[in-house]
Amino acid sequence: MLGILASIIDGVLVGLVYGLAAMGLTLIWGVMDVINLTHGTMVVAGMMGLYLLANALGVSPYLTLPPVLIAGFFVGVALYWIAIHRMVGRPPLMSLLSTFSVNLILIGIGTAVWGTALFNVEVSLPGVSLGRYTFPGAHILAAVLAAVIAAALYVFLHYTRIGKALRAVANNREAAELVGIPTTRLLAIAVGTGVALAGVAGMLIGTLFPFTILSGDGYQLKGFIVTVLGGFGNPVGALLGGVALGVLEGAVTPFVPVSWTLVIEFALFVLVLIAFPGGIFASRRGAL
Amino acid sequence: MLRRPFFWIIALVIAAFVVLPSIGNNVELRESLVLACVYITLASNLNLMLGYAGYINFGSIVFFGLGGYICVWLVYAHDWPLAWSLLVAGAGVSALALIFGLGILRLRGAFFALSTIGIVEGVQAFAENFTPWGGSSGIYISPQVFQPLGGPGRALWVIYFALVATMGASLYLSYAIKTSKFGLGLLAIGQNEDAAAILGVPTPRYKALAYSASAFLPAIAGGLYFFKGAFIQPSDAFDLTLSTEAIVICMLGGQGTVTGVALGAYLYEELRGYLLTSSTFANFQLTIAGVLLLVIVLFFPSGLMGFIYSRFPAAKRVLE
Amino acid sequence: MTTDGTAILELDRVSKRFGGLQAVNNLSFTMKPGEILGLIGPNGAGKSTLFNLINGVFAPNTGKIVFNGIDITGERPFVVARHGLARTHQIVQPLTNMTVLENCTVGACFGRENLPLYRARDIAREAVQLTGLDDRSDTLALHLTIAGKKRLELARSLAAQPKLLLLDEVLAGLNPTEVEHMIGVIRKIRDSGVTILIIEHLMQAIMSLSDRIVVLNYGQKLAEGLPAEVARDAAVIEAYLGDPKLAAELEGQA
Repeated sequence: MLGILASIIDGVLVGLVYGLAAMGLTLIWGVMDVINLTHGTMVVAGMMGLYLLANALGVSPYLTLPPVLIAGFFVGVALYWIAIHRMVGRPPLMSLLSTFSVNLILIGIGTAVWGTALFNVEVSLPGVSLGRYTFPGAHILAAVLAAVIAAALYVFLHYTRIGKALRAVANNREAAELVGIPTTRLLAIAVGTGVALAGVAGMLIGTLFPFTILSGDGYQLKGFIVTVLGGFGNPVGALLGGVALGVLEGAVTPFVPVSWTLVIEFALFVLVLIAFPGGIFASRRGAL
Repeated sequence: MLRRPFFWIIALVIAAFVVLPSIGNNVELRESLVLACVYITLASNLNLMLGYAGYINFGSIVFFGLGGYICVWLVYAHDWPLAWSLLVAGAGVSALALIFGLGILRLRGAFFALSTIGIVEGVQAFAENFTPWGGSSGIYISPQVFQPLGGPGRALWVIYFALVATMGASLYLSYAIKTSKFGLGLLAIGQNEDAAAILGVPTPRYKALAYSASAFLPAIAGGLYFFKGAFIQPSDAFDLTLSTEAIVICMLGGQGTVTGVALGAYLYEELRGYLLTSSTFANFQLTIAGVLLLVIVLFFPSGLMGFIYSRFPAAKRVLE
Repeated sequence: MTTDGTAILELDRVSKRFGGLQAVNNLSFTMKPGEILGLIGPNGAGKSTLFNLINGVFAPNTGKIVFNGIDITGERPFVVARHGLARTHQIVQPLTNMTVLENCTVGACFGRENLPLYRARDIAREAVQLTGLDDRSDTLALHLTIAGKKRLELARSLAAQPKLLLLDEVLAGLNPTEVEHMIGVIRKIRDSGVTILIIEHLMQAIMSLSDRIVVLNYGQKLAEGLPAEVARDAAVIEAYLGDPKLAAELEGQA
């Protein structure tokens, strides 16, 4: 019984990181109604960033966070200009296909260069023990960092000018333009931020679990599940949704072989979407 | 329909597929045309959802793979003759598609698309854990199964012609639907689903029917394909690459057109064949597909047929 | 509620709330077959929401909607359409990459009579002619002018051969000549036996077209009656006081 509880607590920790991963997705969706199908690959890019900087260049793992964040932002802006800019206002089918095709390109290059090799970044941190159970230090630190970044995002969106402008664009792009907000620049910033968040989430996940170039799919699916649970376009909801997913995983993994976890999560995804077409913690679409 | 020229154009294409490799027993040509048949079948049926109703099915491979599994398993474990196995595979997968479809088609746009990926992953996980289907090692069929078809050599030809028939049926199916009331409803859904509903198009039923219909022929094609190879395993049967290529083909040729799909399949296969044999590009198959798709989506969203129709508007009266 | 049961449309205490906003509040009225009922009221009064409730886009929170004796409360749009109710939209919703004729064919195929394709095309052609679009029948909807798109909205609804037609600001954005033509078309439609519920801001047009008027304000019925009566109603004039020009026009109708 306690074992399950420990597993669930650990799930909360990991769930916070999932939540962070989903935030980038939900931000882009909320601001411009675009589902970024490169999301999973951007998470992997963050993981690779961690690996290359930490293992190849010997940088301390957690110090890779700022460079990954910044690089992620610029990659996101580039992604906006390449694949999304022309798709704004066109049917959602088109932006799905354009981000999907960029994803193919990235995965193609990634697998060509690194194949399906397994990467692992060793992070040794003292854990916290409660009775017989030890919570890995890496999990705790990742959770804390995720929470801090999420809080920073919230502050950014609600207390800075750019953040408020973003929320205005999310709410009504035409109206925002009419009051003089430079929407194109803001859309680019939104994508940049979204990808940066994905990258950082990847970097944090990299400190927890081993990964391959193809790991992105799983995290993308988790990201969508979290977005569904948390309400589309709602970053706080994403965090809560991530925790919910983490808790679910913690409760289920002791009993079920690992290969079924994703199947169960996906089944949940479809069922929840059917019951709550707007997500469980649904806010009005477009309100960040 | 027999009076429309396009009917005979399709017949001509089918005839070409039948006659050309038969001349001089050209096995090499036949094998490359096998792939073309598979591509055209998958892409035409995908077109029903993508080009007509405007719903992207990222996981159309699941029909192909599941059809393959059901057919191979019936032959291997229960000694069924091929024809019956194929029919049951087709009907079974269509029925499953209808059931799943009624659920996931309530989701719009992206969420539908993503659930189709989830379905593939779910079915693949199932196949990998399902021991009667050989789990992750898959099923091998012994060459004995080719005896009723006249031995291995002749069997390969029979299977080829069956694949051509499946391809032809796919082309005729998408043509028939496009010129029918059902097709009009689907196209209206693709243009503006809410307006279509207000006009009286019974959107949930139509979408579910289209989804289910789009499963039948790919399932049969899967059965034929994996029976031919005498081997099926989850990683091959549910390889998302093939559904991705089907999407690229639809977009390349012109989504929503019948001719476009066939043209797109042919072009894509040529491109792919060239890339695979070129040492520089062999690893970049997926990348090239991605670049191609991106260029099409950004600059030529109506694909090849869009380009042709804009230059030769008269073509619209003959081609579909 | 009617006592003699010949109403084609009955709304009985219909309400709709969106979060904090009560869009339609306890609204009741009936329509007789063959009449033109005008629906007026300031912006935001709930008129378009009412249309959405009638044709099934939203379900009301309370109340009943009965069409031709059939309870259609909360039924989905395609079911309502099949019963013989068609509507146009304030913001036009053409099927953009289809031609005018194809748009109307969709209407005819899936409308009240659920026609097969070849029959539907004939009906569609009639609707195209009636609305004066025959010179553009093979033009793609996206290439039409706004006036053309409005006519297409109308033609498409007509092709469905409805018993009741809901017209949502079908005259907005048209020049005076186009308005004249459209008014003539609407009268012809009524003469062919279709009942019409029309929302319009063009006061002169709706006052002269309608047999009766219902005035809405804040989702509630403010007044109901003959155009002349409504125009003299003090509460109505007060509701429009914010727009003195409109109040003067209404006075002018008295």
